[in-house]
Formats: sequence, C-alpha cells, structure tokens
Amino acid sequence: MKILVCITNVPDTTAKIAFIDNDTKLNKAGVQYIIGPYDDYALARAVELKEQHGGSITVLNVGEADGEQQIRKALAIGADDAIRVNCEPSDSYFVAAQIAHCAKEGSYDLILMGRESIDFNSGVVHGLVGEMLNIPSFSPVMKLDIDGNTAKFAREIEGGKEYLEASLPLVLGCQEPIAEWKIPNMRGIMTARTKPLNVVEPVAVPEAATLEKYTLPAPKGAVKMIAADDVESLIALLKSEAKVL
Amino acid sequence: MFNDKMVLIFVELDNGQIKKTSLEAVYYGAEVAKMQGSTATVLAIGAANSAALAVAGSFGASKVLHANATNLQTENAMAYASVLAEAVRQENADVVILPKSGLCDAMSARAAAKLQASVVSGVVELPDLSNGFKVKRGIYTGKAFATVSVSGAIKILGVKKSAVTPVESGAVAEVIAFNPATNAGDFVAKIISQEKADGELSLTEADIVVSGGRGMKGPENWQPILDLAHALHAATGCSKPVSDLDWRPHHEHIGQTGIKVAPNLYIACGISGAIQHLAGVNSSKCIVVINKDADAPFFKAADYGIVGDVFDILPRLTKAIEAAK
Repeated sequence: MKILVCITNVPDTTAKIAFIDNDTKLNKAGVQYIIGPYDDYALARAVELKEQHGGSITVLNVGEADGEQQIRKALAIGADDAIRVNCEPSDSYFVAAQIAHCAKEGSYDLILMGRESIDFNSGVVHGLVGEMLNIPSFSPVMKLDIDGNTAKFAREIEGGKEYLEASLPLVLGCQEPIAEWKIPNMRGIMTARTKPLNVVEPVAVPEAATLEKYTLPAPKGAVKMIAADDVESLIALLKSEAKVL
Repeated sequence: MFNDKMVLIFVELDNGQIKKTSLEAVYYGAEVAKMQGSTATVLAIGAANSAALAVAGSFGASKVLHANATNLQTENAMAYASVLAEAVRQENADVVILPKSGLCDAMSARAAAKLQASVVSGVVELPDLSNGFKVKRGIYTGKAFATVSVSGAIKILGVKKSAVTPVESGAVAEVIAFNPATNAGDFVAKIISQEKADGELSLTEADIVVSGGRGMKGPENWQPILDLAHALHAATGCSKPVSDLDWRPHHEHIGQTGIKVAPNLYIACGISGAIQHLAGVNSSKCIVVINKDADAPFFKAADYGIVGDVFDILPRLTKAIEAAK
C-alpha cells in the first residue's frame, strides 16, 4: 500500500501572531514551527497502517525550504521518502493543485492529511484534491482501518459519528483520535538524514485569491471580577451590559 | 439594467428547518446581491416542506431551489457538491455563499474544483466591492484576520457565524423543485452506521455554550453543567483533557484540535484556559470564567470572572437564572 501524507509547516499553537512589512507578512522572529497538529495525527496513523500492512509512506509538503525541518521530523517518525514543492503556499486551490499533481505521478492508494491547517483554517484542501483526482474524499476522519482494498473509517458528524466503508484510493482529512502523535526515536532521527527528499518546482495554477493585508483582533477589555456569592450581579451584567441573555 | 450575475446560497437543514447559521448566510448572500444589483437564490438539499424553505425570503432570497431526491436524504458532501455545482451552472451564479461547517467546507471544496472557482473559507464580514472583490477571513484559529482579493470568475465563500446580523423583511421566497442528475461516483461509500446524540443542541449553532474542564473532577459530576445548560437553553462542551479521559464524548471537545464555537455567551467551568482551548472559543462574543484558581490563565481572556468552587456556584447560578425567567 502506497500512502501519501501531506503535511503543513505552521506556527505552533502557542505562537504569538504579529505582522511586519505593512501587515503583509507574518513576523517569524521567535515563532516555533511545527507539523500541523492534524497532519501529525494523519502521519501517525499512516505509520501504524504501514506497520500492519507493509507498503511505503511518502510525505509531501507544499512550502519553502524552512519547512524541511518538519519534513525530516516526518521522515524520522516513519515516512520513507519526501517531496517538497518549492513555493510559498498561497491559497487552498494552489496548494491542492500541487498535491494533486504529485499524487497523480505517484498513484497512491491513500492520501492522508489533516482536516485543516492551523494557519489558514480553510479545511478545503482534501476536498479539492479529491475532486481534482476524481476520487472520493472524506473529512474529518477520526478512525481508520484498512482491509484489503477497503477502508473502514469513522467520520465525525454533528453530535456524533458516522461509520463508513469505501474502496481505495481515497483522500482523507484526519483528526484525533485517529492515532496518538508519535515522537521520533534516535534511530529514526539518524535514518531520516539519509532518506530521499526531492524538491520539485510547482506547476502553474491561475491565481484565485491574493493577500491584501493581515489584521489583528481588537484587544480585549479587562475582565470584570464578580464575588462568588453574588451570581445575581453576573446575570444582571450579562443582561444589561453584555446583552447576551 | 441587464445583469447576468447571481448569488447562490446553500442552506443546511435540521429536521426540515433551515439552520440559524444558514439563515445568516442567506442574509449575507442577499446583501452581496444588493451590492451587485443582482438577486439571491437559495439551494436546500433534503426533506423540508415549502413553508419552512420560503422563510429564506424574509432573509432576502427571491427563490429557493429544493433538491429532495431519495438518494440525497442522507448528508453526503460529494453528492451535495455535485448538486451545488449544477445549481451554479443553471443559475449562472458568480458568487456562492455557504455557512462555515464541516459539510459546507467539503462541499465548497469539491464544487470549487468542479467549477474552477476561487474558494475562501472563514469569512467574517461582508465583502468590499469598491475595488475588486475583497473579503476578510479569520486565520491562525481566530488569532488574526487576512483581507484577500478574490479573483476567480466564480467565488465561493464560507461565511462564519455572526458575520452579519440579519434584519428580517417578512417576505416569502418562491420554492422550486430542483432535480439535477446525480453521479454514481458520489455514492461509493457505504454508510455502516451512525451514532448521533438525539435532541442535543448543536454546539456550533447554539447562542450559549456551557463548558466543563478537569475542574469538574469526574464524569459523575456533570449534572450542574447540564442543569445550567438546560436553564439557559445552551449546548454543552468540554476541554480536551475531559474528552481524552472519556468523561464526555469527543464531539463535545472544544479547542484547537476540536470544535471551534462562536456563541454569544461562553461559560467555562473549571477550565484553566490553555491556549489550545482558547483557540476554540476566541470568537465568542462574551466569555464567563468560573474557576477556583484565581491565577487560571482563562481569566485574562474572559469578560466576566468568578473565583470560587464550581460545585457551589453553578447550582446557585442555575437557580438564579430560573428565578429571573
């Protein structure tokens, strides 16, 4: 079984977000980058599936060279080789077109990625890739097993879960608890250094959306503390001041 | 004036009624249509009676296309995307609006690839049409916004809850049956089973959310949260540790890797307020934090705070709310 895992290189959840260059660029100073947490779940499950069924895992990142640290980490966790499409990931359609292009060349049985990236939160790339490749896509997938040529999986729906079966190939957007995040061990880190990482140039895609500027939300006012024995005051404030009751 | 532009809005149904966030999307779409000098058409998929769908008129839509084929009765993002793309083609729509949700993200993605449309998800306010087509969207899980210029001939927007405040006109929309051909390829997945909590208020739709954390000390202690939620007609949520410990089901987990909510009022009980949790609630209008630890980081992100024992405060709060009704 050939698995393609698409990962994003994103600022850590706890990163302080600030912008530079007239609010057109993220200030990367002091920002820790990580594999997108949802992508990390997808990768972890891919490694488990490979352990059970054999096959290979290719990890794919559409992004600039500074993301290679995350790609090496994915290789250390258990991917066999990697592709980096050398470009700035501008919008969802562009990124999906790059993934679809690479996927066509590799003819994978399973294309896994996170349900969304935590930088732009669109949650549309898996659907775009599925449609571009003309294969089914599902998200958010929280459980996944493979039985021969069939994927048996669970998807979170509003207020519950849906259990599904479908034939491979599939594109799946993943989330917890599909697997536990894996930490690379020393042997993994050593072997990752020599695993192939192919850098390819992007295919041309017409521009769909261009950034004008970034903005930060208005700062929040100070918290109003209410005495524990005075819940009536809280109700009054929620009614008259916040107007939410 | 001749204008061949059109705005199409997809609405989600819940028991035959258009969901609240979808009605907001209708109003959003109708406002865009007004700016463009065009009209707004709604697409509804699944069982509903005409009167329930005609309500879209009060939010600015002139007509509703109703796709109600037997094979569309179960939520199926791929099939729904095909129906949406057909509606876009038939109506010659250049702007397509969907409420932001898991289903709608999946639909807008597949429809965008079919139509070679630009897709922008997480839009938080009406577009600026003064110079091109610019929209503001949430990024970094609510920590920032990006204004983007959308260039495709067809633009698909996923609109977040509370992007607009609808004003109802009382008008009624015409409802028209819509029966496009379906693709066998959209029905390849076999649904084995569904587990769905009945009668639960939807977390993403609810105006008020009451949420519990590890400070509740165990699943057997959830009654005060449920009672308060009941009194407020609120949905219930929880923090990640609580769902990881199986105290509450995973679909209640609010946070960076769980559900993102944007209610008018979010009440956090015994939740310390890790950044991962805040990422799921930072779009809430008003946040109340109840925690016995005065140093809990959540107080910094709150509008109102009470330092004290949740097991003492919650029952009194519930009682006071019942009394104030």
